[in-house]
Amino acid sequence: MLAKMIEKFPQGLPVRETLVAGLILVSILLVFLTQGNAYSIRMLVEASCYAIIALGLTIQWGYGGQFNAGVMGFVALGGFCAMLFSVPVNPDFWGSDLPGRLGRTFLWGLAGIALVVAVSRIDRLGVPKKWRNLLTIILALLVWMIFRSLFDPLADAIESEAGFVGGLGLPAWIGWLMGGLLAGMVGYFIGHICLGLRSDYLAIATLGIAEIVKAFLKNADWLTRGTATVSPLPWPTPGPGELGFILARSIYLAITAIMIVAIFYLLQKAYNAPWGRMIRAIRDNEISAQAMGKDINKRRLEVFVFGCVLIGIGGGALTTFNGIFDAQGFLPLNHTFLVLVMVILGGPGNNLGTILGALLVYIIWVMSEPLALLVMQLVVDLGSNWFAWEAPDNLSSRALQARVFVIGLLIVLVLRYAPKGLMPEKTQQVN
Amino acid sequence: MSLLNATQVEGGYGGMNILKGVDMAIDKEDIGVIVGPNGAGKSTMLKAIFGLVQVNGGDIQLRGQSIANLAPNKLVELGMGFIPQEKNIFPSMSVEENLEMGAYIKPHTTKRMLEKIYSFFPPLLEKRKQPAGELSGGQRQMVAMGRALMTEPTLLLLDEPTAGLSPLYMQEIFDRIVEINKAGVGVLMVEQNAKQALEIATQGFVLASGQNLYTDSGHNLLNNPEVAKSFLGG
Amino acid sequence: MNELVFFINKVLISGAVSGSIYAIGAVGVTLVFSIMRFAHFAHADQMTFGALIVFFLTALFPGSGAALGIPTPLLMLPLAMAVTALLAIGIDKTFYKPLREHGVKPIVIVIASLGVTLMLQGLIRLFSGTSSRSMYIEETKAIFRLDLPFDLAARPLVITEPQITLIVFTLLAVIGLHLFLNRTRTGKAMRAMSDNVDLARVSGIDTNKVVMVTWVLAGSLAAAAGTFLSMDVSLSPDLSFFLLLPIFAAAIVGGVGHPYGAIAGGYLVGYAETLSVFNWTILLRPLNNWFPEWVELPRNLSLVGTEYKIVVPFFILVAVLIWRPTGIFKGKVI
Repeated sequence: MLAKMIEKFPQGLPVRETLVAGLILVSILLVFLTQGNAYSIRMLVEASCYAIIALGLTIQWGYGGQFNAGVMGFVALGGFCAMLFSVPVNPDFWGSDLPGRLGRTFLWGLAGIALVVAVSRIDRLGVPKKWRNLLTIILALLVWMIFRSLFDPLADAIESEAGFVGGLGLPAWIGWLMGGLLAGMVGYFIGHICLGLRSDYLAIATLGIAEIVKAFLKNADWLTRGTATVSPLPWPTPGPGELGFILARSIYLAITAIMIVAIFYLLQKAYNAPWGRMIRAIRDNEISAQAMGKDINKRRLEVFVFGCVLIGIGGGALTTFNGIFDAQGFLPLNHTFLVLVMVILGGPGNNLGTILGALLVYIIWVMSEPLALLVMQLVVDLGSNWFAWEAPDNLSSRALQARVFVIGLLIVLVLRYAPKGLMPEKTQQVN
Repeated sequence: MSLLNATQVEGGYGGMNILKGVDMAIDKEDIGVIVGPNGAGKSTMLKAIFGLVQVNGGDIQLRGQSIANLAPNKLVELGMGFIPQEKNIFPSMSVEENLEMGAYIKPHTTKRMLEKIYSFFPPLLEKRKQPAGELSGGQRQMVAMGRALMTEPTLLLLDEPTAGLSPLYMQEIFDRIVEINKAGVGVLMVEQNAKQALEIATQGFVLASGQNLYTDSGHNLLNNPEVAKSFLGG
Repeated sequence: MNELVFFINKVLISGAVSGSIYAIGAVGVTLVFSIMRFAHFAHADQMTFGALIVFFLTALFPGSGAALGIPTPLLMLPLAMAVTALLAIGIDKTFYKPLREHGVKPIVIVIASLGVTLMLQGLIRLFSGTSSRSMYIEETKAIFRLDLPFDLAARPLVITEPQITLIVFTLLAVIGLHLFLNRTRTGKAMRAMSDNVDLARVSGIDTNKVVMVTWVLAGSLAAAAGTFLSMDVSLSPDLSFFLLLPIFAAAIVGGVGHPYGAIAGGYLVGYAETLSVFNWTILLRPLNNWFPEWVELPRNLSLVGTEYKIVVPFFILVAVLIWRPTGIFKGKVI
């Protein structure tokens, strides 16, 4: 097995990766020493989930050259599915007539959609396009209003009688996979719209969809308890309650580590396979790729959806680990831009680099919180000693904002000075 | 001293040399025409003279002053004008605005020059408020040329001015070029319609594979059996 | 009649206000798009930044506007616009220009602008905290209540002073922009660059100068939009967050690169929002008597709930991208 891995690096172990890996090991050690085992293992598990998410983004950006500015949304979708599938069944919900009503309402909704789609096709019967458009729009509005009038009281009923829909009581990992699937579907929807358009549009659209997803999850109390949050989320393995923090988290870590290795192996194979080469060819020189007859848009979409699936799975794993589904906890900073830094720092398109980048950046991120507070305290002390400066009370929360600044600065610096990341993609040189 | 003197010019895009040592000299009275097969580096040479393509070797002098790799807007100030082959107008702007942009570096001369250009290209006067993108090919070419002439350049570079034009407009454009030259402007152009172009050329440059093949007056090149065989379709 | 007044307040006036803010924001975005060919995500945070400068200046010199009979924030606005313009130029010189010169793909500059957004956000929150504040320090916001004549309705039309100023400002900005782009040399050079950068260079246009002018315009407009919004509601660091999507939707709907399209797009998005969240039942209530007995008006007949307001610009964006990516005015899909 080790021989097989070494076989992948014919030039001997990659130097940069080894250096960075060494750096990471040292930092992990430091964290263990200063913060204790339970904390450190938790950090490692979260970092590994982020690594999965980062791998998703790296194939979108590194392989496919597509920028996903809404990673947060796909992470949230993954987390949502994790919650929906793994949380225990809600007897209040299932015991009442609500599921029936919900099912019927959805069926009405589907029928409505089918009707609208049918009307949108009547131009084939000879109806002029203008009329068709008008009728379709009016009908769509009508269908939507009717659906809402049916659904809103139902949602209220669910919230008042049963709290929320509850879960399906299945193992968490099913939720993760379904999260990947849902993320992939939404990714397909967005990617399809932006097919053939400039990357700026994809960035805007993904930014938008992330906001929409978050707004929906935050407000659909009947589905997610909204701001009341859902917890605890069952783990796929025995939880801390049964085994204590260290052991339980270590097992979780083992699972995520296995996932990473599996995904890594899959990606390495894809990278070297004809599919991967074609994807990179499209990224590097679109015009020649097009001339060679490859359907570049379709490939781009494939890459994008694949990335979204990974992001969803990672999001599911992360949310389950955190044990709580809080729609408001998904933040662009933590879940989009942090991942972005991981990818561009680690080296877009370099799978190992991305994993290492994720670990490194996450360790730095987690450590930056106590560090920022420390620095702020120092500044306050100095200020009050030297200038009798009275600091505003919420200075500690403001101190954390410095992290926002640093992340932004990192992004800009890396793009400018190390656009291929610390561990650039290995390209075969053809002589 | 020639107006333009290019010696052993090497250059190309992104570090690769398409031009491998080209010589060219043009005086104010000359109409220079560059012909040759596809990929010979004709347009590249023109762009190298106008600072749009990297010059990696040799020199280009304008009135004795070295201009290699200077920025295009500098060259406009020095009295050069350039008309690209494609995308040579501002399509959403009116004809008059296109011309105004030509006189950007000398805004005080705009009014006077507009009159001159309109008298030179009468159809433009009629259409001066129309967006340039709506004009026909030949009229667009007039706009493109008019724009470049607004600064009263002493050297005008044209990249395939008659590409895609009907024979009627083609002749019209060549006539105008002769008139411009008579008014004291040196002309250097790349042309695919080699035969017709060489007829008005005082200096003809045949390029192939980034190097000079023949350099002679247009008349002589037309009567040169080798040239006629290779490039002029017999 | 009351209901009609309510409708005017909640939809027409409110839509005009949002629409104006989006319009001003979208114009800035579309100008940058057309000259520099990338989506400048940091625009929204420049709006917050501008508002913040106004706030600080107002806090330093409260009540100084009273001498001129205008709210103090308004007095400080020109200065804040200048500062934001300088900021925009500075950001470009430091972060975007080197990337442009490096010849990177435009999407990389977009990512860089996201980095800049974070930096601005971090700084803003660091210095002003995360709570929201009112721009009116030691002053009150003038609210005009116009009663309809002949006692037609019991409720008045409500419009506030900053709202009036905003609408007037937008109008003036549109006229000013029109004059600038069509009557001035630099404005025409901008349009030329937007049409054809290479030809503009070849014609002798100083592209660096035009770029700078673009940032000045974008920065000052951003500061103005941010300030007016803060005066209308309150100043909060999250301001930019809720503006980014509608502004970009407006710019794309209007056709990227077309300033007039951006303005039209802004009002389109603004009115779409207010029309969508309005509870139409209220208008139908007076007509209730005319409906047969079995028709029961639903309690809430709005298109989307107010908490889902953000869906509206997104929906418009998706619709445009599906049906007509070049937008109403056929901008450049670039």
